[in-house]
Amino acid sequence: MFFKAENYRHPAFMEAVRDVAPQAPGLAAWGLMTGVAMVNSGLSVFESIAMTLFVYAGSSQLAALPLIAAGAPAWVIVATGFCVNLRFMVFSLHLRQYLMHLPRLERMVHGYLTADISYVLFTRRFANPSEDPADQLAQAASLAGNTCMMWVSWIAASFAGIFLANIIPTSWGLGFAGTLCLVGILCSLASTRMRIFAAGVAAVTAIAAYNLPLKFNIIMAIGVAVVLSMSLERFLKMREGQGA
Amino acid sequence: MSFFEGTDIWTLAVIAGLTVVTLLTRTFFFFSSEEWALPDWAQRGLQYAPIAAMAAVVLPEVLMQQGQFLHNWMDARWMGAAVGAAVYFWRHNVLLTIVAGMLAYLPLHLLLGW
Repeated sequence: MFFKAENYRHPAFMEAVRDVAPQAPGLAAWGLMTGVAMVNSGLSVFESIAMTLFVYAGSSQLAALPLIAAGAPAWVIVATGFCVNLRFMVFSLHLRQYLMHLPRLERMVHGYLTADISYVLFTRRFANPSEDPADQLAQAASLAGNTCMMWVSWIAASFAGIFLANIIPTSWGLGFAGTLCLVGILCSLASTRMRIFAAGVAAVTAIAAYNLPLKFNIIMAIGVAVVLSMSLERFLKMREGQGA
Repeated sequence: MSFFEGTDIWTLAVIAGLTVVTLLTRTFFFFSSEEWALPDWAQRGLQYAPIAAMAAVVLPEVLMQQGQFLHNWMDARWMGAAVGAAVYFWRHNVLLTIVAGMLAYLPLHLLLGW
């Protein structure tokens, strides 16, 4: 949480802000188009602002918009949002080890503010959680700086989109900048052969299972990729052991 | 366009529900304060979760159209993404990836309608 002095006065905070700044324009373009999409789908300005500030999850917002416009049952919309967000549960399981030294409320605020890009950049920066209190403090401050930068970019851009919705046509395709931002992050993670394997498995699964309802393909792709990568890892280790 | 025009309780309730969903999913494993550590195999498995999540979100977006795998190479998105990825591996900079990808994508999309 970035409004805590212990975090924002820590040098790791600004280091993280600088670290994630290159992804801000892509995220901002994506936020801008989400703002435009909310108003164009028929939400009022007040509703769009409330959604931006509270829901704070681009993918579930975009998944919900056509359903809201179509007047789908509320539980269907909420269930859709839940499935689109299932990957965050995997993220929170992973981040747990980094944040368990903090009080419950604090780690929950950290969790609430940590969306895809923040999670990926944080775990890329810190491959392992620490036992040392000074390192733990630095990691929490770094996550705070990271999520602060992402929050400001996303919220400011979404507001701009909400108020400029009548000027910016969605047909320009500016939202593609958000996809490109994710492409860049995907490439930055592809640092080992095993990870490239995991990405390939996830991509094939997500495409093959695309027509499952409720964007279930995403969580399925994560599950299949994790299980197959671990199996391959174990297989390679066993073969190595036999060869020796 | 006035501020509250068209606001209704049903939509606000849906927004509240989606807010609960964000909170619940992002903080799911932070709630319990019990001491428990992930088994070693699970920790190793989670190393693959970030890249798998990114690939699962991005690649269908780039390689599919209306729920189907591209059956036509004339699509501006995979080309933009390919240019972006190439620039990433060349310069290791996400901002340049976005700029180069958009420079490839926008003319194809706006002028040729791909």
